[in-house]
Amino acid sequence: MSPPLVELRGVGFAYPASGEGRAHPFRLADLSFEVGAGEIVGVLGPNSAGKTTLIRLLTRVLEPATGSIVLEGRPLRRWRPAELARRVAVVPQGVPPQFPFTVEELVLMGRYPHAPDRYFETQVDRASAHAAMEATSVLEFATQRLDSLSGGERQRAVVARALAQEPRLLVLDEPTAHLDLRYQAETAALLRRLNHERGVTILLVSHDLNLAAEVCDRLLLMAGGRQVAVGPPEAVLNEALLATAFGCEVTVEKHPTTRRPVVLPTWRADAPSIGRGDAPTTKGG
Amino acid sequence: MSPAHRLITLLGVLAAVLVLAGAVALFVGSAALSPRAVLDAVTGRASAESVERVVTLSIRFPRIAVAILAGGALAVAGVAFQALTRNPLAEPSVLGVSAGAAFGVVIGQSLGLGPGLLQAAGLTAFAFAGALLAAAAVYLIAAAGRELRIQTLLLAGVIVGIFFSAAITVVVSLLDFNRLGGVIHWLLGNLAPIPPRPLALFAALLAVGFGLVLAHARELNLLALGEESARQLGVHAERLKLVIFVGAALLTASVVAFAGPIGFVGLIVPHALRMLVGPDNRLLVPASLLGGGVFLLVADTVARTIVAPAELSVGVITAFCGAPFFVWLLRTRYRGNV
Repeated sequence: MSPPLVELRGVGFAYPASGEGRAHPFRLADLSFEVGAGEIVGVLGPNSAGKTTLIRLLTRVLEPATGSIVLEGRPLRRWRPAELARRVAVVPQGVPPQFPFTVEELVLMGRYPHAPDRYFETQVDRASAHAAMEATSVLEFATQRLDSLSGGERQRAVVARALAQEPRLLVLDEPTAHLDLRYQAETAALLRRLNHERGVTILLVSHDLNLAAEVCDRLLLMAGGRQVAVGPPEAVLNEALLATAFGCEVTVEKHPTTRRPVVLPTWRADAPSIGRGDAPTTKGG
Repeated sequence: MSPAHRLITLLGVLAAVLVLAGAVALFVGSAALSPRAVLDAVTGRASAESVERVVTLSIRFPRIAVAILAGGALAVAGVAFQALTRNPLAEPSVLGVSAGAAFGVVIGQSLGLGPGLLQAAGLTAFAFAGALLAAAAVYLIAAAGRELRIQTLLLAGVIVGIFFSAAITVVVSLLDFNRLGGVIHWLLGNLAPIPPRPLALFAALLAVGFGLVLAHARELNLLALGEESARQLGVHAERLKLVIFVGAALLTASVVAFAGPIGFVGLIVPHALRMLVGPDNRLLVPASLLGGGVFLLVADTVARTIVAPAELSVGVITAFCGAPFFVWLLRTRYRGNV
């Protein structure tokens, strides 16, 4: 069997104790899992489970304090930033509020790691950006400013930028966080298509348990900076494990058509009040 | 049209306008020279000692050169600070960096540095130190929160600017109270002809600053995605910020040392060009060099002719244009975000 695309071995990390706005310094401890080439892996967990920290570690925005991360058999710290950006592309949770560039200009930014010293993009870059915009159906908006688009269109433009990097691993940070129901189905379809047609390996970091259950081959469940479980959706989306991770009772059913697991909150009149810092809209640590 | 073609067209047009403005500036001024006399001086037909030759080649021509260089440098510094802080209203004078550089110049002068070549280099070094000090102070005040908010950054810039202006007044008052009037005149920004060798030094310093910014114009675009995203695309964000910071401070400091702290050029020119060509820094940086040259040259030509035979400081003209422009930007473009 070929080596995994990404492998984490005993990865640990702690933010400095004086981190602003944090009552308790956040720690990530003993994370060990791998992502095989061609897989779609979901990373799930409540707020401050360590999901965003994991993305930062994978892209060397942060360096692990302990353990190691290996990409294509080579330790991550031995990858140069541009080289790494040709392998791993991140779709962040959104774009800055003031972003004056057009969709095409945004997508062409994804070509930067392929030739950081070049002043203007080449025809090859333009062709790649064109294909990426086609793949996410934003070609018709190419010359429009990003901030004139709707949330879903903007999200697809950002995915196109990541695809223009021509990465082997596409990491998505909460791709449906600010989007309504319609886009969840669209996102699921888009991810499957990218995985099948372009052979992109996908790491889907999400709150959305049902989206992950629907598209992922395997799931990593995290809570409080630790890994709770790794495995196929049917094994990880288990009522006891989810109760441990999220600190509340849930019901797991089967989706009527896809037969994938569906997680529902267990609505009870006497449910315990939600703990501090668990507001459902804030971003995880 | 591809960006490269757009850039070439844009630079061609701006260069033509610059040559035209330069030609006009050469023919007007407080010494009443006929167009014919100026032509004679330029083409070398006037005698070496003649008034038209001295006025045209030793006064008007160097002053035009200073205006073009200073305007270009300030506009590029404006683009650089705007990209660096991701703040469309950032600019050397608004950020207090000009005031810091001016403080450095005053300290240098108080130590006896005068107009010679080496001394000009020394003054620029003092101005550079002052600019870095002011920029670092603004950054530290504004970055107290997690992100650099536009309001905080502008307020920090204003406060640092006031502080350094006060410090300048103190230094000058202690040294030679009679010079205070002259210093205030200089603080408004005032162009004067520079002898050939210091002028070459000025141009060389600006070339270094401009080169640093131009070489990273593409990365500056990526910085608009946010620092984390830029890093995830392979940009060495820390190094980039340092290089741009140093480049923009060098541009500002050189202009302050050789011409004085002229305000608002770095705000007006980049924004005017953005309306023409959009936000791409790869077009804005080189276009600002020429566009800034055009703007300050025109402003200076107006400054030295509008109340002839007296003269206004060019900084008065740029401030009269810049302050309403700033208000207009605040009220229209960035209403929701400032």
